[in-house]
Amino acid sequence: MQLQNSGYKKKIKNVSMVEPCPLGRHSRTTHMLKMFHLLQPGNPGPIFQFKLSDIGEGIREVTVKEWYVKEGDKVSQFDSICEVQSDKASVTITSRYDGVIRKLHYDVDSIALVGTPLVDIETEPTEGTSKDVVETPAMSHEEHTHQEIKGHKTQATPAVRRLAMENNIKLSEVVATGKDGRILKEDILNYLSKQTGAILPPTPYQEIQPPPPSAAPSAAKQKDRAPPGVSRPVSHRPVFTGKDHTEPLKGFHKAMVKTMTAALKIPHFGYCDEVDMSKLVRLRSELKDLAEARGIKLTYMPFFMKAASLGLLQYPILNASLDDGCQNITYKAAHNIGLAMDTPQGLLVPNVKNVQMLSIFDIAVELNRLLSLGTTGQLGTSDLTGGTFTVSNIGSIGGTYAKPVILPPEVSIGALGKVLPRFNSKGEVVKAHIMNVSWSADHRIIDGATMCRFSNLWKSYLENPATMVLDLK
Amino acid sequence: MCLALVSVRLFNCRFLIRVKGALNIANCRAMIIRTCSNLYVKTQLIRQRSTFSALLDESWQSGAVLKSLSTNIYENLALEDWIQEHVDLESRSLLLLWRNMPAAVIGRHQNPWQECHLGLMREKGIPLARRRSGGGAVYHDLGNINMTFFTSKKQYDRQRNLRIVTSALAELRPALDVRATERFDILLNEQFKISGSAARLGRTVAYHHCTLLCAADRSLLSGVLKSTCQGIKSNATPSVPSPVKNLADEDPTLDCEIIMDAVANRYIRDFGLNGPLILINPTEELRHPGIHRLTQELQTWDWVFGKTPKFTIDTCFDIPHEAVRSKVILNMEVKYGIIEKCRFEVPSAWLPLHMCEEFNTLLVGSRFCPSDTAALFVAVSRANPQTCDLQAKLNFLCTKLTAVM
Repeated sequence: MQLQNSGYKKKIKNVSMVEPCPLGRHSRTTHMLKMFHLLQPGNPGPIFQFKLSDIGEGIREVTVKEWYVKEGDKVSQFDSICEVQSDKASVTITSRYDGVIRKLHYDVDSIALVGTPLVDIETEPTEGTSKDVVETPAMSHEEHTHQEIKGHKTQATPAVRRLAMENNIKLSEVVATGKDGRILKEDILNYLSKQTGAILPPTPYQEIQPPPPSAAPSAAKQKDRAPPGVSRPVSHRPVFTGKDHTEPLKGFHKAMVKTMTAALKIPHFGYCDEVDMSKLVRLRSELKDLAEARGIKLTYMPFFMKAASLGLLQYPILNASLDDGCQNITYKAAHNIGLAMDTPQGLLVPNVKNVQMLSIFDIAVELNRLLSLGTTGQLGTSDLTGGTFTVSNIGSIGGTYAKPVILPPEVSIGALGKVLPRFNSKGEVVKAHIMNVSWSADHRIIDGATMCRFSNLWKSYLENPATMVLDLK
Repeated sequence: MCLALVSVRLFNCRFLIRVKGALNIANCRAMIIRTCSNLYVKTQLIRQRSTFSALLDESWQSGAVLKSLSTNIYENLALEDWIQEHVDLESRSLLLLWRNMPAAVIGRHQNPWQECHLGLMREKGIPLARRRSGGGAVYHDLGNINMTFFTSKKQYDRQRNLRIVTSALAELRPALDVRATERFDILLNEQFKISGSAARLGRTVAYHHCTLLCAADRSLLSGVLKSTCQGIKSNATPSVPSPVKNLADEDPTLDCEIIMDAVANRYIRDFGLNGPLILINPTEELRHPGIHRLTQELQTWDWVFGKTPKFTIDTCFDIPHEAVRSKVILNMEVKYGIIEKCRFEVPSAWLPLHMCEEFNTLLVGSRFCPSDTAALFVAVSRANPQTCDLQAKLNFLCTKLTAVM
């Protein structure tokens, strides 16, 4: 595909294209004439050398600090390509074209000279390209292409207009989300997905947006795009081109694999029960304000932990540890009760040390501290190690029954479900607060009866908090 | 009963509205326009356009001075980004004045481990932020004024901006010797640095921001901006340490409010503006749509730490071994906050070799951050049967390792 342009330039290998200077110093026509030169005929598409434009203040060179793209990536106009730095000024270089990156001319930390090529971009090889080039001089703004539709100027780049044309879309009907009402490629795709009711391929350019997204956000984006299955007459049936994404298991997740594999070597048995929380709910509501006055948030967890500790005093085998060869049991003196916490990093289990010596309020203070450290990702080894028994409040997120996995070197664990209402004998819903609890224990040293009696004791403390007061240490 | 036909021109159309009642026609027209405009806004017939941008367009054509009501570093940095993305600065310039609660701010391409005392900051609850402009590390607190000059790329001129500051100070206190340098710093008495600059150039808009030390806590400043991490080698932008002084130390009658007013007035004069000072609350999402997301992004670990260019760390520490003094050697290569290579050498008599190897492999791919490392150690210690002694050794190792982070 040859471009006729009054023989201005000789056809040389790798001839560069001088893209329009952003400061508009050169006249438009000479620019258009200097424009698009092709490499050898028969190539898939014209490759333009995108040069590092003038940054201002007479700066001649910059350091390339970070690339947002790599060779082979697709870019759209205005996507960020790289960050360069010069003398305390940080500059984001954005792409002027849609296309595929073919070559990066500089490595990170190398010095780039203004006016030299930064990247090579291969654009789409359509007939339309040459026509657009010839048309642009007539437009007033080099960045946008205006289209007069129904008296409103609709701003959209040539690539977006082409996409709209291919899909028979009127730009005036598309909701614009870009700056100054500009229509972006995403807007066309959104419009299409609403019309056809089909799942459209996710924007391939997501890959190069810094920082690189993990699988979860892009999956969520896809879900947002796919509307509920209303079928309408479609003109196109887009093909789903989403790809599976594989990544190696790293760091924390690898460690979890090890822990859980070791955990499931323990023979587990489960035991579940219901606890009538009505009295505890009343007690807590009475004490909540007092705790707030002391600056501490009081949840149910301190009660659960203290009741567990009182139970462990009666059934110390649940607070024990089995050695590697299953030769000896160590009965731990301290009740370091762990709390399963969902943090941004994943599941962490910090523990409250020596619950047997703490009052409900002390436990609440500790829990507040651990919770704030957990959310800011600052839990240290001392908080995370040394646990002897664990309680998991999964019900705060949801669920009733669970089969919790024991965390070695412990031998038992409890999972608390959410609090549900109850029907009475007349079939009416009464205001009762019922919570389900699921215990697991190491069957090598703990039998069902022990677990059952411990659970009954724990349950009785919570159903009648007054009795707990009697035994509190 | 009075009946009137009121002609109202609205949205490029002429409406003829029949109105009943003894009303003044002018009031009537105004009321109709008000009601229709409210309706227009509420039914969102207007394209998504920020009310703040609109406000500027309508009222202050050539520019304005803005003051942020927030003292949260992330909110204020997000405000800068938001203004750069959303406000039309082709023919307009803005000055934004802001101050923050104690915080450390590093430049776009800097290494926080190299620049700051992260342990001290965690202890004192001082947050760390990475700004989008280049330059070095600074400490902010309420005794420090930040000034951001927004212009179009054509109007980008850092020396002119600094002249505004120095002339404002000269007018305020003629005896003060404040001068701007070639490196875009401002020096007091040609010796002490009272201001540092950084800039960011986008596609069409550029901003240049600088600090100004009025009454900052200097001991905390030097404590926070001192690196404790030995053995780091990197190509990240280094900070150039300089002796600093507060303006208030030189002239105790000065404070932040006085100085901010002086700079604002000088700016208004030099740019020929007529508007008053506009107060901005960067948490108002409706006035600044999208600012909440920008604020969140600036607080993520991936931005603050994960944008650190590649660096290596070579260090060693002593371990309490029975007879002989032994060392643990640590080499790591960290890129974008993730450990890419890790070599942990521990005397095999102290810790079994397989455990060492296990840590080496697990650390690769995890974040260079104390909580991740602690979680890793705990997970491994759970997976391997423990003696008390071994547990203690692992804890010790973990503590030493996380101290580096």
